Amino acid sequence: MKETHYSSQQQSSPPQTDLSKRKWIGGAAALVALSPGLRLVELAAAKPNDQPASSAVRWGMLVDTERCTDSCTACVDACQLENGWGKGSTDESRSRATQKAHWIRKVKLRDRETGKTHILPLFCQHCENPPCVDVCPTGASFKRADGIVLVDKHICIGCRYCMMACPYKARSFIHEALHDQRVLVPRGKGTVESCTFCVQRVDRGEQPACVEACAKLGNKALTFGDLSDPESAIAKQRTEVTSRAIRADLALNPRVRYQGI
Amino acid sequence: MKMAGKTAGSTRSADVQVTFLHRLVLYVMLLAMVSLVRAAVPVPDIPLPQDAKQCVQPKSIMRREHFNFLYHQRDETMRRGIRTKRYSLVNCVSCHAQKDAKQQYIPINEKGQFCSSCHEYTAVKIDCFECHATVPVSKSAGQ
Ligand code: SF4
Repeated sequence: MKETHYSSQQQSSPPQTDLSKRKWIGGAAALVALSPGLRLVELAAAKPNDQPASSAVRWGMLVDTERCTDSCTACVDACQLENGWGKGSTDESRSRATQKAHWIRKVKLRDRETGKTHILPLFCQHCENPPCVDVCPTGASFKRADGIVLVDKHICIGCRYCMMACPYKARSFIHEALHDQRVLVPRGKGTVESCTFCVQRVDRGEQPACVEACAKLGNKALTFGDLSDPESAIAKQRTEVTSRAIRADLALNPRVRYQGI
Repeated sequence: MKMAGKTAGSTRSADVQVTFLHRLVLYVMLLAMVSLVRAAVPVPDIPLPQDAKQCVQPKSIMRREHFNFLYHQRDETMRRGIRTKRYSLVNCVSCHAQKDAKQQYIPINEKGQFCSSCHEYTAVKIDCFECHATVPVSKSAGQ
């Protein structure tokens, strides 16, 4: 299986990774019946500000690769604007393309035998057993009670062990001083970062920016919700369709699943 | 000082002169010292919020404890997702950031602004704003 990467940033061409490390997609695409009732439902309620994230909730995402199109970069654009990286920022002007932030990338996969291609957005998979957390020497990488994997930049020393440990290449490192951060998304030189499931939005009861943007376009390739709630759209959809974890062999139990690959 | 008689006059007036000179020199030195210190470290003239009349704690407590409040809050928010406003840095910035003549927010860590003026005076370096936004509204679109 051959893959090429691209991102929506013009100048940037994200790192080409060696193929052997990237055999995770497995063989032929699984036969998948499209779920008839794909629909975006609002999250149940905002978490009260004075309440901690609850372990009764397990946030997850389901990506329908059949609905994701080659030319569309709505999810990447929305993420950049929401979290203030890439197009959403005037900073990181001196970093090389391969050094720049990539919270979410679109990855194209092609089956060598059939030529069938799959397009999918790739970002932090919010593993149940995150290797980044295992290797972090300071405790900066951690998993919140509701399953969201984050970097506590207050104590991150920028050693980048977590970047090496992540099989999804989901993390990036900030190489230069930043100035126009978003109010609710602090980012800074010398620390590692990755997709947060838009934790600032999730905590106030909203969907991640990528999910919202994809739905607005009508593609509805991304479903986000509480995996522990059997009534949630994502939980229902996961009982109806076949979805796979990328690199399921590593037993990380990622909370992001892909259908159609 | 009164002079008693002509005989003792000369010695006495010499006494008086020495004392007066002493005082003069001392006074001049003191003045010089005070003005030197004042020139080196002017007491900061901290810009105060335009709208809010009262901080989340009395001034005396905030002066000594603000970092403890922030430190505690940062872990609560980051680790546990507790997003109460009271001691959040975003809340500090939204009250204390000043606007310029064009009604644009001035970064709070810019020279002479709320955070920097006091921290410069006390020679305590802060690195909050290497990551955190320095104005209460995001500069670019979105959010
Ligand atoms: S870069 Fe930061 S988060 Fe990653 S392993 Fe090192 S200290 Fe932990």
